[in-house]
Amino acid sequence: MALAGCGMLLGLALHFGSLRGASGAPSLYHDYCIIGAGPSGLQAAYFLQRAGRDYVVFERSHAPGSFFALYPRHRKLISINKRYTGKSNSEFNLRHDWNSLLSHDRRLLFRRYSRDFFPDADAMVRYLEDFASLLKLRVQYNTAVVHVMLERDSQAWNGHYFLLTDQDRQNYKCSSLLVATGTWVPNVVNFPGSEYVEGYETVSINPEDFAGQTVLILGRGNSAFETAENILGVTNFIHMVSRSRVRLSWATHYVGDLRAINNGLLDTYQLKSLDGLLEGDLEDLAIVKDKKGKLHITLRFYLENRNTSAGIDSITLPQDELDNFATRAPYDRVIRCLGWKFDFSIYNRSLGLMAGKGNKKKYPQIKPSYESKGTRGLFVIGTASHSVDFRKSAGGFIHGFRYTTRAVHRLLENRHHGVPWPSTVYPITQLTNSIIKRVNEASGLYQMFGVLADIILLRENATTFEYLEEYPVGVLAELEGQTGRKAPNGLFVVIMEYGRNFSGADKDVFYYNRAVGEAQHAWQSNFLHPVIYYYKRLPKESCFLFAFTRQKLPPFCRQGYMRMQGLVGSERLRHHAVEAGLLEDYTLTDFLGDRPPDSHEGSQDHLLRDHAIPVHPLQHLVTAKDEL
Amino acid sequence: MSARKDRWVFSFFFLLFCASSIRMQGSARLLQELSPQEYFSSLQAGRASLAYFSHNVSPGAQPFLEQIENSAEALQDYGISVVKVNCPKEDVSRYCGEENALRKAYLFRGNMLIREFPTDALFDVDSIVANVLFALLFNEVKYVETLADLQNIENALKGRSNMVFAYVPATGTAEHRAVMEAAFVYGTVHQFVLTTEATLLKDTGNDESDVLSARLLFCHCQQATDLAQPCRRTAMGQTLTMLNIHRHLKLMGAPLVTEVAEDPEKVSTVHLQLGLPLVFILSQKETYEADRRTAEFVAWQLLGKAGVALLSRDLVDLNILLRSNVALKTPDEGEPVKYLVLEDTDEVITLVEDKNKVEQIQEDEEENEEDEDEKENNNQDVQDDQVVEAVSRDKKRELPLEQILVLTEETFHSALLETARTVVLFYASWEAVSLAVLRSYTEVADHLKGTRGILLSRVNCWDWPGVCTKENVTQFPTMKIYEKGGRSVMYNGMWGTEELTSFIMLNQVSCPLRLATIDEAEGYLRGEFPPELSSYHHTSLLGVFSTATSEAREAFEEAGNLLSGHVMMGMYFEDDALALSRKYAVSPPALLLARSRGQSVEGIALSKESVQDMVQIIRYELLDVFPEITVQNLPRYLQLRKPFLIFFSDGDLGQMESKEMLKLAKERPQQAFVACWLNLKKTPVGRGVLKAYFATMPSLPVLIWVNLHAGGHVFKFPSELSITEMNILSWLEKLKAGLEIPSSTLSEEDWKPPLPAYDFLQMMEMAVPEPPLRTSHRHRDVPQQHPPESSGGDTGVQEEPPQDSKAEKVGSPGRDLRGTAPRLAAREKQGKRHSEL
Repeated sequence: MALAGCGMLLGLALHFGSLRGASGAPSLYHDYCIIGAGPSGLQAAYFLQRAGRDYVVFERSHAPGSFFALYPRHRKLISINKRYTGKSNSEFNLRHDWNSLLSHDRRLLFRRYSRDFFPDADAMVRYLEDFASLLKLRVQYNTAVVHVMLERDSQAWNGHYFLLTDQDRQNYKCSSLLVATGTWVPNVVNFPGSEYVEGYETVSINPEDFAGQTVLILGRGNSAFETAENILGVTNFIHMVSRSRVRLSWATHYVGDLRAINNGLLDTYQLKSLDGLLEGDLEDLAIVKDKKGKLHITLRFYLENRNTSAGIDSITLPQDELDNFATRAPYDRVIRCLGWKFDFSIYNRSLGLMAGKGNKKKYPQIKPSYESKGTRGLFVIGTASHSVDFRKSAGGFIHGFRYTTRAVHRLLENRHHGVPWPSTVYPITQLTNSIIKRVNEASGLYQMFGVLADIILLRENATTFEYLEEYPVGVLAELEGQTGRKAPNGLFVVIMEYGRNFSGADKDVFYYNRAVGEAQHAWQSNFLHPVIYYYKRLPKESCFLFAFTRQKLPPFCRQGYMRMQGLVGSERLRHHAVEAGLLEDYTLTDFLGDRPPDSHEGSQDHLLRDHAIPVHPLQHLVTAKDEL
Repeated sequence: MSARKDRWVFSFFFLLFCASSIRMQGSARLLQELSPQEYFSSLQAGRASLAYFSHNVSPGAQPFLEQIENSAEALQDYGISVVKVNCPKEDVSRYCGEENALRKAYLFRGNMLIREFPTDALFDVDSIVANVLFALLFNEVKYVETLADLQNIENALKGRSNMVFAYVPATGTAEHRAVMEAAFVYGTVHQFVLTTEATLLKDTGNDESDVLSARLLFCHCQQATDLAQPCRRTAMGQTLTMLNIHRHLKLMGAPLVTEVAEDPEKVSTVHLQLGLPLVFILSQKETYEADRRTAEFVAWQLLGKAGVALLSRDLVDLNILLRSNVALKTPDEGEPVKYLVLEDTDEVITLVEDKNKVEQIQEDEEENEEDEDEKENNNQDVQDDQVVEAVSRDKKRELPLEQILVLTEETFHSALLETARTVVLFYASWEAVSLAVLRSYTEVADHLKGTRGILLSRVNCWDWPGVCTKENVTQFPTMKIYEKGGRSVMYNGMWGTEELTSFIMLNQVSCPLRLATIDEAEGYLRGEFPPELSSYHHTSLLGVFSTATSEAREAFEEAGNLLSGHVMMGMYFEDDALALSRKYAVSPPALLLARSRGQSVEGIALSKESVQDMVQIIRYELLDVFPEITVQNLPRYLQLRKPFLIFFSDGDLGQMESKEMLKLAKERPQQAFVACWLNLKKTPVGRGVLKAYFATMPSLPVLIWVNLHAGGHVFKFPSELSITEMNILSWLEKLKAGLEIPSSTLSEEDWKPPLPAYDFLQMMEMAVPEPPLRTSHRHRDVPQQHPPESSGGDTGVQEEPPQDSKAEKVGSPGRDLRGTAPRLAAREKQGKRHSEL
């Protein structure tokens, strides 16, 4: 009886839900809507929450980070979790922590979640759950946004509202939309016989299932190699096909390329252990299944010319004509590991959310400010925003987009709430110090090299300056509008870059003399190095001497000493400076003064002169005024 | 700078390349092919032509014909046409018929035959041009074989014109051609004399080892008056090329000494235009004659290396030290003129020649490169910042930091709760100033050892950036004192041990300290109250307020907050305040100032009541009447922006001087200058000040008047006068009236970066590989095809910079990892060869 009642209630609730949706009940409003409670969605939620904004996160699953609950299939994350650096500097340590999100809560550091250098994906799922719950982020689970459209309204922040519809036809209205859905739609290639191909999403991860089999893997990314790595030891052999050559991340500095941890197959390939790598366009491929269930590779070209009614025997295989066709042996399995793309399907055409071009077509088109090119107020964050720095920097990965997400939040704070980009004002004497400090420890500059830059805005008379951290350098031109800070007196841009010609798929990155050591060769640095687009030196010297011997004081004296903040130093340090020839030691002449008082004055004068400057008997040149 | 020059030269070469490539296209047409009749009828009077007669081209004559074709273009620049005369088969006339004619070339002027050349004398373009010009310029270029011939010519020229004497090892060489080409241009101005006899060169006093190479000497015969003496000679240092000769002659033609009467920054002479420095001898009316002689003497020494100008200071208003006697202007644009005090003409010459030496080193690319590297390394071994260098030299020493508590992000807040006052030094361990201050801080810890209620601690912001950001640390280092209750004060003074200690000490008591009884107030003025500070020497300030003057009291309290730690301030406003004010003859609100332990108490009436005014009054009153200037206290007196009257004393003040100076200072409390003294024993840098004022150390003690804020003139009190109030006052009167001449004037120069900045953009530009066409042409074409007309300009003459090698120099990374240098050098050479192939 009780059971029946329960069922009734559930039915009622469901019925009520659908009714409300159908009747077009008033949509729920939030200033900010975030689609997706993955790492970037939660990261954005954190900043909005801290700023006290009205926001909501929609997550179709019952828990955050649903992608990580499934992927990577073999559960090993390739983002490093370096627990020890020998430093206590929390900012610096983030440089080597690729999994944590940014927060003030020290409990939410990933090293507390896994001891592994390459952690298990389950740890990430646990971490994201904790991140959402410990920080009390407002995530609405089990809500799949199925449609997004615009509602024009001149009162709205951006001239329109975003109307979101979920699977229950509930509508939500938002002023600003943050798309944090990542890329989760598997890339599929269609060719004759592609129905025989297993997807990475569903392929068995038990190596035993592959024992004694011959496997063809389509794709050459980390997922393909990860799959190969898993079954390497039990298969007859593995072949891998993809259009492009393999790109090794240690040669390209790009963490999305093949990581050394997955490259076991390269080893066996180069050490002649049956496995093979092939280059070819998957679009030209065709697979035919023979009677024994073996899969044969052929070319679409042959298939198109054949008699359709005939059986498998009539199909020409390349090896019929070509003696040494590489994939002549039939395969037991073909696995597709071609990566993912952005889900464009839920966006109404009016949003103009277009796919990128060329190798960025898996990402939506956005500006360097992460705003959609087609719709104002729609920001793409997280992995889906990687088109900004695809194959360059780390914007497609947690350790990169945690910073770009913060940058997006800062842009929004300025645009909608009049909160200018956070900045610190320093006295000009701290110019080099503030740069060195950041270059030493900043993690955002370090991870998002070439994308985020620190900006130094000189105030009037250059006695003070403002320091802005991690601004997207792609929109440098719009700095004043985007940050609410003024730059009338020039600015420095501090950014990290790799040497231009150092890395690349074909380059020898271990060549002799790859490091430079001296200042004048700094520009040739191959490794990640700071680049400052304008540099001004502030020397320090004896202000006391200058105060009395020059009409104008050098700038550092005007700023420090004259404001009674000079450095006095110890006797020992002064001694060092004298040794280096930087400071004159006037105490040395003291021995003259220490002479017994009864010594003849004239002889003392003489000595003094002799000591001071050797006098040459050339009178013309010494102007007469000295006799004064 | 040199980079800019290179770029300039490069574009110049590029122009040349364009010009020459156009010429090359046209060269086919420059060689005329005519029949004998056409040729002889085309000859114009006065026009020279080089003709070659041929029936048909015999294979043996082919290379010669090519050379003659190539030289057609070069010769055309000198108005000489080159003609190939095709003899008809049956022709047996004078030139066509002769058997040997076919192995000869004929030079005609008009229709007169000047010379026949055997074809083997015309082996390449250089030899053709050299020989043809040699024949044509028979009068302009005398060929001599013996010393007697040379002397005869020289004697004949004395008083009339100058002579250019050139030695070439053989005729028909490139050097020979260069001399002839120069003679073509300058032959009417100077007499050219050529020899191939090396002995002649030896006899001219050039007994250097490399006599075998070609040389050129300019003989100044025009000014020679003494017939018995040989003419003065100036040898050309560079190799004999058209450009170098042209440049040398241009320099020889310039006046020996240029007299200028304008700002050296604006002066430009042929020397500067040719990339040579210009030396100014600074003269004045009184010493004009001597200076002129000096200038001429120097000019002769520097002839061909630098220009010399005589600058009359009386005519130009120069803001430079009176002692300066020489100025040096380099051709580098934007580099300011350097003013120097030199003792000797030798110094002037080494000044210039050293510079040349440096340039020469840069010219000889390969062998000397390593030396140069060393030089660079040496520079880089020493940081240009005193503090950074000193700290880095001291880095191996471990600091005695045991007494200073290390705080972390975790322990910071709890530590603040433990002691009444926690002093925290926020610093960055990578920063030099922080480390220097840390050293002083350990000394502070020594001083304060055992003081109760004070905990000294430090936070390394490199380790704990979070807490530093939270505590608003925007500078390194920052010192803050946290009171248990939560209040904190930030230190903003000198980073000396004494100042830091005093700040920490004074912060122990509240500021201003409220005194409750009249006894306390009296004790306070005597320095006995509060007991915490009784052992500590300081000046005390007491504000006396009546109950009616609460506004002034509030301002005083506010001022106390601002001055906390820097000034000892007390406050008394009980009912019996009047008794106190009566005792010291002030009416409240008033300040009582007790210097040196209440020996004397000064009363100061308070009229202004704003906080800022109050702070200013207190700061002003704390200044001494006749202070000893030290490094630490100078800024306070500089802020008054008044002239300084400084008594430099080697040791303590003499009683007499002390008395007189004090009188001078005291009797004019509102006077317009700061009277002070400086103990050279305590402040040895004072010697540096004196050395800057006078070239030599004056005898001590010495009294100096210096107006730092207007004019920067330095005056020295006459040492024969005794230091008395009267003498000083009358001297000051004279100064005011402008009757005294300043000993020196302080430089008003703007501060520029001490070292040139690395122009990375320029380096990158240079390292970009050039299109191979351009470089190869540049090297081949420049020496040969430079048209003499265009070299008449001043800018066209520069040494060829080894541009490629420069580019490679910056282009090769990591050359500086010491220890691997030899290997690296080998690599580099290899690279160079490679690029040459």
